Amino acid sequence: MSGLALDQAPTTGDEVITNYTINFGPQHPAAHGVLRMVMELDGEIIERIDPHIGLLHRGTEKLIEYKTYLQALPYFDRLDYCSPLAMEHSYVLAIEKLLNIEVPLRAQYLRVLFAELTRICNHMLNMGSHVMDVGAMTPNLWLFEIREDCLNFFERASGARMHSAWYRPGGVHQDVPLKLLTDIGDWLDKRMPELFEDAMSLVIDNRIFKQRNVDIAVVSKDDAVRWGFSGPMIRAAGVPWDLRKSQPYDVYDRMEFDVPVGTNSDCYDRFMVRVEEVRQSARIIKQCLAEMPEGPIASDDRKVVPPKRAEMKSSMEALIHHFKLYTEGFHVPAGEVYVATESPKGEFGVYLVSDGSNKPYRCKIRPTAFSHLQAMDFMCKGHMLPDATAILGAIDVVFGECDR
Amino acid sequence: MTVVHAAPKSAQIDGIADTLAKALGTMLIHTKEEHGEIVIGVERERIEDALQLLRDEHDYQQLMEIAGVDYPARDERFDVVYMLLSLTKNHRIMVKCRAAEDTPVPTVTTLWPVAGWLEREVYDLYGVIFAGNPDLRRILTDYGFEGHPFRKDFPLTGYQELRYSEEAKRVVYEPVELAQDFRTFEFMSPWEGADYVLPGDEKAAQAPATPPVAEPKTTDKPADTGAGEKTNARAAKKASNGSPAQTKSRKKEPEAPAPTESRPARKPRAKKSQGDPE
Repeated sequence: MSGLALDQAPTTGDEVITNYTINFGPQHPAAHGVLRMVMELDGEIIERIDPHIGLLHRGTEKLIEYKTYLQALPYFDRLDYCSPLAMEHSYVLAIEKLLNIEVPLRAQYLRVLFAELTRICNHMLNMGSHVMDVGAMTPNLWLFEIREDCLNFFERASGARMHSAWYRPGGVHQDVPLKLLTDIGDWLDKRMPELFEDAMSLVIDNRIFKQRNVDIAVVSKDDAVRWGFSGPMIRAAGVPWDLRKSQPYDVYDRMEFDVPVGTNSDCYDRFMVRVEEVRQSARIIKQCLAEMPEGPIASDDRKVVPPKRAEMKSSMEALIHHFKLYTEGFHVPAGEVYVATESPKGEFGVYLVSDGSNKPYRCKIRPTAFSHLQAMDFMCKGHMLPDATAILGAIDVVFGECDR
Repeated sequence: MTVVHAAPKSAQIDGIADTLAKALGTMLIHTKEEHGEIVIGVERERIEDALQLLRDEHDYQQLMEIAGVDYPARDERFDVVYMLLSLTKNHRIMVKCRAAEDTPVPTVTTLWPVAGWLEREVYDLYGVIFAGNPDLRRILTDYGFEGHPFRKDFPLTGYQELRYSEEAKRVVYEPVELAQDFRTFEFMSPWEGADYVLPGDEKAAQAPATPPVAEPKTTDKPADTGAGEKTNARAAKKASNGSPAQTKSRKKEPEAPAPTESRPARKPRAKKSQGDPE
């Protein structure tokens, strides 16, 4: 600094200021897990981002090849641990497609009901953390109240708060008590909308929140399609694409709900699409509660679904079936299917290759965050450094699923 | 087969497989429609052209996924499967090509930017090379990882394990040491054509084979059976000297010990009366 005169500007015209590189993560609170991003910055402007993923890679797909179909199911809870039942949904549907097995109506209703409850649960976490990433604290705490309620409902249905392992090929594991259904109904009538709308009233018209999100990471329709976007990310870009509507599974074809679409395709739209999805999910759950019939909750195909315990006390055949299913497991006809469902984060697919044995030959999991995260580079280009957290929050990335 | 499952139902387009097969022409190897899925096998060298044709002429706008599958017994051991989705037709197809370790697959990053990471993943986990991918680095495995872990011949436990070393004050890599052998259970029943050896059967293979018999034994007459009076008489003959005789001795056998006297029971302790319990 010795040669710098006072009247000179701090940066001179001759001097070349080089870009510099910083590490974002892998232990950054706004990285939503173990994401490491190598950022090349020009001042505070992002020039290039190279996301390094795989720090949570556990080789789930390889592990599944060594387990029977039923034993592999709990691995799916541990993929996207914010929406575990949505992960199981794709997997059980893929097995059912290969087996071509009929699922009783009540089980289909229960699965849709809990898939939508999972969607609410997931969006609460994502919206809360997105809001917190851009600087607000209170809404997150309120939304976590709702999330806690959801987890309690999961616990009452399956016995586990997060890793439910409740869906089964052919239905669900256990029936739910009537009181749980009425409690969900009451919760949807009173507590959930109150808490949710209160929290949203703090956020959606908030000046700071809008400044941080509107016009950030605008992605055109074409780009959204080319980059393999799905879920709220593609809907925010104005493409009305929802697998629950276009390729309905279980009883979604009986449900009446709207698909919210964004107009501006920025982070704010992505957030607002999720807000509306929560309301639509509540609508679907109410319909499920109203229409759900009585009846069995799992297929009565004893070659796939184990018998009831009471039945085993008196029937030798039931006992044999139970033993065979929990040691050898069931055999799935050879073939390959790709089954994708609308998880809260987007299209979650399972490509299942069976060789006719009791273990999957190959189980490729199509995570949603993988393709979204790949677009980080092109979405962040030219934005400021703090925008990266808003963009990341709006992607809704969970690394259990992305890294598998 | 009637469809009874509840899996996602996309649009049913009659004859779509044939239409696509005709459009692909010489690029096509086979088509298959099974479990409601259309699988189209395409020549590896022309996969890019085939996918471009499907994207531009047949409205399969989105590439959702690229999956690798390993069939080690095959000549070209890998399958690379492209999942295509048509948003306008509401339809999905799978396009696949075969590859070996040393035969590169043309990249499709030129058609879809999303293919970049998807190809990186298949390369990382299976070692399939994608010619033309500008950034074919590993993606899911550790920095400096060697091998391709999802190949069928890669052990589930891997080769390296890491732990934090208190002495070195850093994470160290060591060869995997298993406290217990890795166990897999084969459940295929022997009468369903299992290709494994039942425990104990491996010894049977080592035993010398029975010598060939010059004159096979036949039993045409009752005499050939070896039964009859003669045989019975021979069988009745004692072979041993019989059981040893009981010996008598004057020695007195020890008697059973006398039972211990039972001790007289203790007198029950007198209850202290502490006033009226009521």
